[in-house]
Amino acid sequence: MTLQANKPQLVIVDTGCANITSVFCALQRLGAEVQISADPAVISAAEKVIIPGVGTAKQAMANIDAKGLRSTLQQLTQPVLGICLGMQLLTEHSAEGDVACLGLIPGQVAPLEAKGLRLPHMGWNTLQVESSTHPLLQGVTAADYVYFVHSFAVQPSNYMLASCDYGSLFAAVIGRRNFLGMQFHPERSGKVGARLLQNFLQLDAQTLRAPD
Amino acid sequence: MLAKRLIPCLDVRDGVVVKGVQFRNHEIIGDIVPLAARYAEEGADELVFYDITASSDGRVVDKSWVRKIAEVIDIPFCVAGGIKSVADAGKILELGADKISVNSPALARPELISELNAAFGQQCVVVGIDSYFDATTGQYQVYQYTGDETRSQKTRWLLLDWVEEVQRRGAGEIVLNCMNQDGVRQGYDLAQLSLVRQYCQVPLIASGGAGAVQHFIDVFRDADVDGALAASVFHKGIIAIADLKAALIAANVEIRP
Repeated sequence: MTLQANKPQLVIVDTGCANITSVFCALQRLGAEVQISADPAVISAAEKVIIPGVGTAKQAMANIDAKGLRSTLQQLTQPVLGICLGMQLLTEHSAEGDVACLGLIPGQVAPLEAKGLRLPHMGWNTLQVESSTHPLLQGVTAADYVYFVHSFAVQPSNYMLASCDYGSLFAAVIGRRNFLGMQFHPERSGKVGARLLQNFLQLDAQTLRAPD
Repeated sequence: MLAKRLIPCLDVRDGVVVKGVQFRNHEIIGDIVPLAARYAEEGADELVFYDITASSDGRVVDKSWVRKIAEVIDIPFCVAGGIKSVADAGKILELGADKISVNSPALARPELISELNAAFGQQCVVVGIDSYFDATTGQYQVYQYTGDETRSQKTRWLLLDWVEEVQRRGAGEIVLNCMNQDGVRQGYDLAQLSLVRQYCQVPLIASGGAGAVQHFIDVFRDADVDGALAASVFHKGIIAIADLKAALIAANVEIRP
C-alpha cells in the first residue's frame, strides 16, 4: 500500500445537471482530489461521494436512471453527501414532480411552507444544530449563516441534524449512517461552508456506521 | 432569519472591471478575479458580473473568466450579459456561475425566461430591469440595450407590467436598476422600489444610486428589498463592506456578520 496520495479521493456524481463546477472548485480549494463521473465503477470505488444537484427532482431522478446509477448510489457504503437537490434525492419521495427518490434516508420533500415569506428561499440564513455531537457539524454554531436557494424542502424528522426556519422549520442537514445531506450550498457558504466540507472530507466511514 | 444581501456589482468589459456614470463614460477599475476575491473576503454576500457590452454588440459574454471566478470565490455569483438562449445560459452555469441574469434578450423575446426556468429551475433565473422615470409622462419606462448609449432605447413596457410578466414567466429574482439614480450616488430610488415591492413576490434587488451607508439602511427599511447592489461605492473604497455591515446590524437590519 502506498502513501503517495494522502489527498481524499472524492467523486462528484455527474447527475447531468449543469451546476457541478462550483462544488468541484470548492473541494479542490480544500485540497481534495476530485473527479466528476457517472461511471458506476468509479463512483463505487471512491473514498467519498458527493451528489450535487440543481434542477428538479423528477429530472434528476430521470437522469440517474438514464445513466443506470440508481442501484450504484443505493449500495454505497462510504460517506456520501447530497447537496441541495442532491440531499432531497436521498429521501423517499419528492412532491416536486411526484417522484420516488433513492430512499436512503426516511423523509419527504414538500414545497417549502414559507407562510407568506418570499420564494424561492434565496440567500443567507442561520442554522440550528439539532445534533451537536455529529462529526459533520463540528465547529458550527447557531450564529453561522449558510447560503440557501430552494423552493422545496425535506420535512423535519428524526434524521434532521440541523434545521432552518423560513416561515416554517425544515431540515437543513440530514443524516443516516453514511448518507448525509445539506439543503444549502456549502460550496457557496464562505468559511462556514468550507468548514462543513472539511468536516465531510475528514469523516470516517466507521464512525458513521453506528445504528440510526 | 434570512439575511439581507449586499451585492457588489462588477461591470465587465473586455476582461476588466469598469464603471460608468449613468451607463456612460466607462473607466477601468481593475482585474476581475482579484476584485472578486477581495469582495468575497471582505464579506460580500453575493457578486454580480455584468458584461455590459455583450447585449449591445451581439456577443455572448467571454466565458473564460467565469471559471476563474468559480475557482477562487466561495460565495454565490451571477453572470449577466448577452445570454440569449438556454444553451448560452447552460455554458455559463457549467463554468460555475450560480445564477444567470437576462435583461435585453428577455425584452426581445420574453419566452426566454420561461425556457430558462424550465431548463434550470426558477432559482437560477434572474431578470434585470432597467427602468427610467419619465417626468413628463410620470411613467416608469423599461429600457433596453442600456449598455450602449447609441442603442439604448425605450421599450413598449411600462415597469409594473414587465415586473408582472417576468414573474408569470418564472423569474426567480428581479434586479431593478433605477436609471435616473445610477452612478450618481444620491441614494436608491425608494419610491420606485417600494412600488415594485408591492408587485414583486420573488426576491427583489435594488440597484442604482448607493452613495452612503444611510442609503443602504433606507433601502432595506423603507423598500423592504432582499438585497442591495452597488458598484462605485465599493470599487472606489467610499464604503468598506465591513463598516457597512456593522452599521446595518446597528440599525437592526438582518445581516450576515
